[in-house]
Amino acid sequence: MIHQYDVIVIGGGIAGLYTALTTAQNNCRVAVISKVHVTRSHSVAAQGGIAASIGNEEEDHWEWHMYDTIKGSDYLADQDAVEALTKEAPNAIYTLEHLGVPFSRNQQGKIEQRRFGGHTKNYGQAPIKRACYVSDRTGRAIMDTLYDQCLQYDVTFYNEVFIQNLLFSFNHCCGAAGYDVATTTPHVFHSRVVVIATGGGGRIYKTTSNGFASTGDGFALALDALLPLEDMEFVQFHPTGIYGLGILVSEAARAEGGVLRNGLGERFMERYAPVLKDLAPRDIVSRAILKEISDGKGIEGKDFVHLDLRGIDKEQLNRKLPEISSFIRTYLGIDPSDSPIPVAPTCHYMMGGIPTDLQGHVLTDIVGSVLPGLYAVGECACVSVHGANRLGCNSLIDLVVFGRFAGMNIIREIKSKVLQPLPLQAESIVEAKINRLLESSGSECVPVLRESMQRVMTEQCSVFRSGQTLENALGEIRQLEKRCLNVGLTNKSCIFNYELQEMLELTNMLKVAEVIVFSALKRTESRGAHFRSDFPERNDEEWLKHTFVSESPMGLKESFKPVAISKFAPEMRRY
Amino acid sequence: MKVVFKIYRFNPKIDLEPHFDVFNVEVEPTDRILDCLNKIRWTMDSSLSFRMSCAHGICGSDGLTINGQAALACQKLVKDFDYSQEIVVEPLRYFDVVKDLIVDLEPFFKRIKSINAQRIPTALIVGDAEKERVQNLEERSEFDDALKCILCGCCYSACPVITEQDSDFVGPAAILRAHRYIFDSRTTDVTERLAVMQKPHGIWGCKSYYMCTVVCPKKIKVTQAILRTKKKIILEQQPKSE
Ligand SMILES: Cc1cc2nc3c(=O)[nH]c(=O)nc-3n(C[C@H](O)[C@H](O)[C@H](O)COP(=O)(O)OP(=O)(O)OC[C@H]3O[C@@H](n4cnc5c(N)ncnc54)[C@H](O)[C@@H]3O)c2cc1C
Ligand code: SF4
Ligand code: SF4
Ligand code: FES
Repeated sequence: MIHQYDVIVIGGGIAGLYTALTTAQNNCRVAVISKVHVTRSHSVAAQGGIAASIGNEEEDHWEWHMYDTIKGSDYLADQDAVEALTKEAPNAIYTLEHLGVPFSRNQQGKIEQRRFGGHTKNYGQAPIKRACYVSDRTGRAIMDTLYDQCLQYDVTFYNEVFIQNLLFSFNHCCGAAGYDVATTTPHVFHSRVVVIATGGGGRIYKTTSNGFASTGDGFALALDALLPLEDMEFVQFHPTGIYGLGILVSEAARAEGGVLRNGLGERFMERYAPVLKDLAPRDIVSRAILKEISDGKGIEGKDFVHLDLRGIDKEQLNRKLPEISSFIRTYLGIDPSDSPIPVAPTCHYMMGGIPTDLQGHVLTDIVGSVLPGLYAVGECACVSVHGANRLGCNSLIDLVVFGRFAGMNIIREIKSKVLQPLPLQAESIVEAKINRLLESSGSECVPVLRESMQRVMTEQCSVFRSGQTLENALGEIRQLEKRCLNVGLTNKSCIFNYELQEMLELTNMLKVAEVIVFSALKRTESRGAHFRSDFPERNDEEWLKHTFVSESPMGLKESFKPVAISKFAPEMRRY
Repeated sequence: MKVVFKIYRFNPKIDLEPHFDVFNVEVEPTDRILDCLNKIRWTMDSSLSFRMSCAHGICGSDGLTINGQAALACQKLVKDFDYSQEIVVEPLRYFDVVKDLIVDLEPFFKRIKSINAQRIPTALIVGDAEKERVQNLEERSEFDDALKCILCGCCYSACPVITEQDSDFVGPAAILRAHRYIFDSRTTDVTERLAVMQKPHGIWGCKSYYMCTVVCPKKIKVTQAILRTKKKIILEQQPKSE
């Protein structure tokens, strides 16, 4: 089946919906394609908030937000991009409010704000209230609003359609092809503009806060098109995942007064970050937790610590963190106002991604060449505003600001864009790929291979890594890619065949995992979320640059792009 | 420990009638029902189909009928049931079954869309507001409960009106969504939205059976929201004095 649109957006999280809405408001014919029903996109899981210096609770300035973001990024973020983000952020919040987002309000009836990790006043002096939020359902509320708005602007949704590849014609992106999960029939989307908004890839790791759909498909789409990925070695581990489950307890819990404690009951973050303490950036808190654990100071010597919310007033807990309190009761059978919560770091966010410029154009190389017709927004993109470590609440604002910039730019450019001819056989390529798998009868099975990948990545390439572990990981991941060739699917059905889907996702995840490990191996320093125990120091002289990795006939190849630095020269990072 | 799961199966390509398959699964009392289903699919029968995404009760993918009650598979643990007996898992009622535990939710999402008055792009946008519009805490609390809805569809499978009396009834979650906008002090087209609610198969179909409220996995007071909306319609229709 072939569909024609002006704009297709692959992915219906907040980034995709925002770009879709912006273009649809300006009379483009827009389709959003999502492999889960759009309202199930993982943006709905965002809890804590969205950062902007609107200063409703205390004095704030976009320059402070800019400084915090850059320092948080361990100076790897491009400062022109961070400036654009933080300057536009207040506006973006007001626009969301005008669209109908039901922000929590303060006594004055204005948008209420709270503290969040790494956000400070006056260039690092003390924590600041900068996170706007909708209790602890910020993502859900923004998604619902954008979904309703998109419906009113006649955005067409293709739900449960799984995109397999991008389509090109004369070096111009002209669509994408995939299949309908319900029937396994191929669908081809022919468009003037393609936007990738496929979110993150936390499922590459064993323990993650990400949903089942976060399998890094967008990264793989880019790699398959021989496009580079930027800074993939920087994978964020959120310090407070529920132990064993990985489900996130937002930083908002610490912002509202929760503290971390080790097995001795000690508030250990005071030792690691004397000023911001529990609200230090995530890379620092995650390493601190693992350090406590490896020093034998986990709870009862085990591999977790406690997040203690008992100091928060019960009424506040119910008003500001209702969702979290309720799932802790459900899954752990404890009441967070009576008992501390067992937590450990959980894979949370990909700082790296498909390189783009400020307008969302996908870049094909380190000098900034643009691929006509192709855009990327959201977690799958890398502008780069998060550098080596993202601050909490900076993802949602990134989705909204750059989702809108991309949308505005598409509106401007689309007038001059004609529909390029579709490549031949767009449909049959997908069909062949599916049929090959449905007919496969090898001895390997998907869940086993996936678990092996998750184990390798968790053991060898997470919060701490070294040349040795990375070499091991690279070998093992490549081995797993080979074993995938010998997979045998036992489910031959064409109706909601999730074994087939999970196999395709696994192939994508392995490609991305290989790039993560490869990039991490190249970077012989420690910066932000990338900590090499064999190179424990940051090395600005050699490594103040972005890693670009792409596929080539000779395997993966790397190149490097200098960081854009304007207002803030790199300094020691202390909190 | 071993727990017996009795699971509804239906593949329209091969089966004339649905049937149940029984699986004896090694699980922990603290496992989510979703974990158990995954265990079955990953280690026992790869052809079992069901939806999931977030695995912690926020995306609304996995509304199922578990031991006769609509619930989210990711929000129920094995120990929430008497697991010395078999645990029966079926698709959500009312909706058409597409395969195994997967139902066609199109009729549900159509209704969610239907509550928007028409194409009213500027419904919530106040053109000249430079900053946010002010909304005091009391105004904000008017619709807070409705914001918890995750569009899972459990309430439809439980509502006696839609399942037994009027299958075209707009249904609880759609009215709740309408309520969310109608009670938001910022909404500028309340009258139009109230009018939409009064269309045939609209809000007056609700007979206050409270079943939606009973099953809602987010513990939303759905019936109360519906009643408040009804009351608002009646009050608006009173001729205004002067
Ligand atoms: C638990 C949790 C809490 C968080 N809390 C916060 C917070 O408080 N503040 C903050 O700023 N950030 C937060 N984050 C981060 C932030 O929520 C995410 O980075 C962000 O939501 C990603 O949005 P997205 O639009 O890029 O992608 P997603 O919302 O992940 O959406 C991806 C979309 O792409 C689709 N898709 C993917 N692959 C394909 C394919 N091959 N074919 C078709 N469709 C495809 C999916 O179906 C989905 O629609 C949180 C993250 C998590 C996991
Ligand atoms: S209260 Fe109304 S909507 Fe809810 S179950 Fe009863 S009849 Fe259905
Ligand atoms: S009202 Fe409750 S049961 Fe109904 S769709 Fe919303 S969350 Fe689900
Ligand atoms: S999987 Fe998201 S609600 Fe259960």
